[in-house]
Amino acid sequence: MWKDVLKQLIKDKFAFAALILLGIIYFMLLFADFIAPYTKDFSDRSMAYVPPSKIFVIDENGKFSAPYTYNYKREFDPVNLRIRYSLDRSQKHYIKFFAQGQPYKFWGVIPMKRHLITTDRNGRLFLLGTDINGRDVFSRLLFGGRISMTIGFLALFVLFPIGLLYGGIAGYFGGKTDMLMMRFAEAIMCIPSFYLLIILASILPSGMTSIQRFMLIVIILALIGWAGFARVVRGMVLSVKNQEYVQAARSIGASRLGIIVKHILPQTTSYVIVAMTLSVPGYILSESGLSFLGLGIQQPDASWGNMLKEAQEYTNILYRPWLLTPGFLIFVAVLSFNLIGDTIRDVLDPKSKVR
Amino acid sequence: MQILLYILKRILQTIPLLIIVSIVSFFIIRLSPVDPLAELRLNPSVSKETLQRETERHGLDKPIIVQYGKWAKSFIKGDLGVTSNGELVSAKLKERIPNTLLLTVIVIFLTWVVGVPLGVAAALNWKTPFDRMMTVLTSIGMAIPSFFFAVLLLIFAVKTGWFPVGGLTCTNFNEMSLGGKILDLAHHLFLPVLVLFTISLAGLQRQMRANLLDVLDSDYVKFARAKGLSEFKVIYKHALRNAINPMITLLGFEFAGLLSGAALTEYVFQYPGLGRLILEAVLKSDINLVMASLMMGAIMLVLGNLIADILLIITDPRIRDK
Repeated sequence: MWKDVLKQLIKDKFAFAALILLGIIYFMLLFADFIAPYTKDFSDRSMAYVPPSKIFVIDENGKFSAPYTYNYKREFDPVNLRIRYSLDRSQKHYIKFFAQGQPYKFWGVIPMKRHLITTDRNGRLFLLGTDINGRDVFSRLLFGGRISMTIGFLALFVLFPIGLLYGGIAGYFGGKTDMLMMRFAEAIMCIPSFYLLIILASILPSGMTSIQRFMLIVIILALIGWAGFARVVRGMVLSVKNQEYVQAARSIGASRLGIIVKHILPQTTSYVIVAMTLSVPGYILSESGLSFLGLGIQQPDASWGNMLKEAQEYTNILYRPWLLTPGFLIFVAVLSFNLIGDTIRDVLDPKSKVR
Repeated sequence: MQILLYILKRILQTIPLLIIVSIVSFFIIRLSPVDPLAELRLNPSVSKETLQRETERHGLDKPIIVQYGKWAKSFIKGDLGVTSNGELVSAKLKERIPNTLLLTVIVIFLTWVVGVPLGVAAALNWKTPFDRMMTVLTSIGMAIPSFFFAVLLLIFAVKTGWFPVGGLTCTNFNEMSLGGKILDLAHHLFLPVLVLFTISLAGLQRQMRANLLDVLDSDYVKFARAKGLSEFKVIYKHALRNAINPMITLLGFEFAGLLSGAALTEYVFQYPGLGRLILEAVLKSDINLVMASLMMGAIMLVLGNLIADILLIITDPRIRDK
């Protein structure tokens, strides 16, 4: 089965491109500390909203040179009453690879100083500009991606066992239990999911550590999706529960929970895999929406959603379009997951033709 | 007669559902450590009597079961309490719900008018370049985060000045003639509708395409073809009708999705709808308003599903006869 999936993923041009792209993204997130020129919390208050650094390879004499950049200097424009940034051409800052920069702990344990790309101590290399606090957008994109791109998977790992067990029990026991459990699940589905999401997020107590908040957001995301999933599982359980192998298990005296977990639920595997790959992008979107509203991941932690929060003021975006980059990344990630999910579904569920 | 009975039964079924919804949402909101009257207490323009009345109405000194009973009783009577600004919640909802309904109904109408034919066209041209192009386009449509798209369109509106930025009407709306009013509404609605339309169109087109492909594969279509019916008759008389039925069930789900998607879009465009109302209420922890708009959202969703089911009973005799 996995061979077929892999073969199809490589054969399909779009899915293959998506696979490579996601591979690159996850690779960069894994080595974010090293690739990012700055740490997550580095901020230079005098450098708020600096445009992306310009990198030169041809110097002022028209000759090729090692790549260098100029710092920006802040100027007040008295005509338009705006702060402007212009290049400070007095000093060149050469770009260095694998050089020492800000200290950090690689994967939270190994203390390191080297960065893939950096510049000298007084230079500032902001590949995608900075935000309101003078933090490097490129570095924060990497660190924010770690949250945005994993939260969906974590939510699924919470949600699927709950949904499987709930649907399994309701379907297997049937009768009154089934009716009660399904009415409850339907009631949850009757609340517009985004309304429920923001309400649950808003009752989180303030003053939590960022890890606690992250875990609770994961749980909230899981609470939204389990009901619909449980309903489908129940339907599948109903269709297999009277088959002979289940009767055989019953007749040798297996416990009811044992039958559900060992004999019935494995029948739903291919559906579960398809549902999982197709619902990851939904959770990425939910998290970013929630953080966009300020109810999800909170500053100073970064996530793609809360980085876009600054884009809510359109004056901000008109002059500082680089603040929109997280939105494009969300788009690319979701698109890639969708393409891969579609391909996996085509292989595992040949009857479906939504291609 | 039988249809009417069935519809009646279906309507009665929604009542226990709504009761469970209300219990669930009541307990979720009461789980929060927030004092439901904190905002009211802080507001100097709210009188002591109002505060007293609210405390009594909520029964805050009593156990939570009694509180729920009190809340349910006043909800049925139509008394939803006051917002943290001292306005009536019911008045606020009356103002916002039609706006959200307007937005969602327009979007659903447009997606059906455009999405169903596009889905049919893609299915009939299965695996042709046209079909492939549609698949790519719908993939893109499904992947754009609604709020991000809304932000991009907002920037577009600001840069070009072609569209008003936010709101539903101009300030001088009341002085306009009827035609002017409609034009003004359409002008304001264009961008929010465009966002929601793009996002829901993709899903609808794909579903329609898949349904029709499924049906075209079935035995009775093969039989109709074998009998020598014209291709036109086979598709539009036999296949399409059966492919549309599952779409009607989807109508209810689509409505649900739109209510959720609309919240973020309304927020970005400053559109005075239910989604933005609940968002503002949540941010201010205005309990009365949150509870009431949550219930309204649920009721709208249940009604949407109900309408879809009734339509299905009318169009699909198999369900009626069961």
